[in-house]
Amino acid sequence: MKRVMTCIECPQGCRLEIEADGSRVISVTGHKCKRGDKYARQETEAPLRTLTTSVLTRGLELKMLPVRTSRPIPKDKLFDAMRAVKTIVVTSPVKTGSVVAENFLGLGADLVACRPLDKL
Amino acid sequence: MKRRELVIVGGGPAGMAAALAARAAGVEDVLLLERDQHLGGILNQCIHPGFGLHHFKEELTGPEYADRFAALVHADPGIEVSLRSFVVKLGKDRELSYLRPGAMEDIQAGAVILATGCRERTREMIPIPGSRPAGVFPAGLAQKMVNMEGWIPGREAVIVGSGDIGLIMARRMALEGVAVKAVIEIQKTSRGLVRNVVQCLEDFGIPLRFQHRLTAIHGADRVEKVSVVRVDDDFKDIPGTAFEIACDTVLVSVGLIPENELLEMAGGAVDRRTNTPVADEVNLTSLPGVFACGNACKVYDLADSVTRDSELAGRMAAKYLGVPA
Repeated sequence: MKRVMTCIECPQGCRLEIEADGSRVISVTGHKCKRGDKYARQETEAPLRTLTTSVLTRGLELKMLPVRTSRPIPKDKLFDAMRAVKTIVVTSPVKTGSVVAENFLGLGADLVACRPLDKL
Repeated sequence: MKRRELVIVGGGPAGMAAALAARAAGVEDVLLLERDQHLGGILNQCIHPGFGLHHFKEELTGPEYADRFAALVHADPGIEVSLRSFVVKLGKDRELSYLRPGAMEDIQAGAVILATGCRERTREMIPIPGSRPAGVFPAGLAQKMVNMEGWIPGREAVIVGSGDIGLIMARRMALEGVAVKAVIEIQKTSRGLVRNVVQCLEDFGIPLRFQHRLTAIHGADRVEKVSVVRVDDDFKDIPGTAFEIACDTVLVSVGLIPENELLEMAGGAVDRRTNTPVADEVNLTSLPGVFACGNACKVYDLADSVTRDSELAGRMAAKYLGVPA
């Protein structure tokens, strides 16, 4: 079975052609770098996305703290992750890269601060 | 009047890159003025990934990209950062006045770099007829509301324009539980990056309607619905193709315009159509010693490209100042 997809690894947006047997990749063509090959295989087997969002803060300089998952999570868990994020309020100052919630979905991914925030 | 060697207006990606590059080229005294309470400019609300692939060879979010430069700027004793500082006057000989909390400062600058970024085009600039209800937002403003203020602008949204900000906001709103009914694009293709069409719309099953336009926004107090019609290759409405979409929110993502009021005030030439400085080369203006970089110079697709060109602006300013002597 042949599948065509657009690589989302970088702004080039290569058009990838994937020969696959179900979720087993046989060949990938059309990628201009090795990230494309990896993306095509991952996307066919089990799509992953890095979630970025903001969490509420209390007593800090800004009302919201931008955060990301420390690693990509399964695409179909994005909305579960959003629900989990809604239960978090950050009250202590953070640095870029500070872990805000450890393994917050049980998927081995932490929620990480994307900027420093001090006390108000 | 105090003299300063180089004054940079705007502490976003352009201003920070220009400041660091000017210092590296030998400029000893840089004053970086930023009207917000933090450095970073628009990057602070661009919480999505996709930044830094060229400059840092890794994928960062907007705030992370900003933080890398802000850390370098703050660590440099030759760069004075003045936050909550708003430039109110610029003259042709680079005399400059700015407001900061509790004071108005007058400065004579050896060179000036305008890194003032751009503004969003609004509903009024692509005339959409209809009433004037609440619920119509420029997409970038909605981005600030959702990402920085924690407000969700509505429950059911239609997005006008498929530029990157519109696409990114479609995903952002969908993640926040808003029903994004459609993205309406008058052209045949998206002006945004293909990767954004894929990861922002296709991932969330949001329909993208090319060659369609909004003919009206309806609603008394709040947006209730929009009228949409299909257009032909000459942008003429095709009869019999009109339909309506119920929604309470319309996000308008129809491009950006460079902000060059200070350059105009100083008597510099500005192109009426694009609002960009009139000059022979990137980063130059018609006034000697006054440079413009980043989105104030021209609207860029990627922050990484802003960084690259703004570093050049910093070096150009250094050369103008005769540095190294």
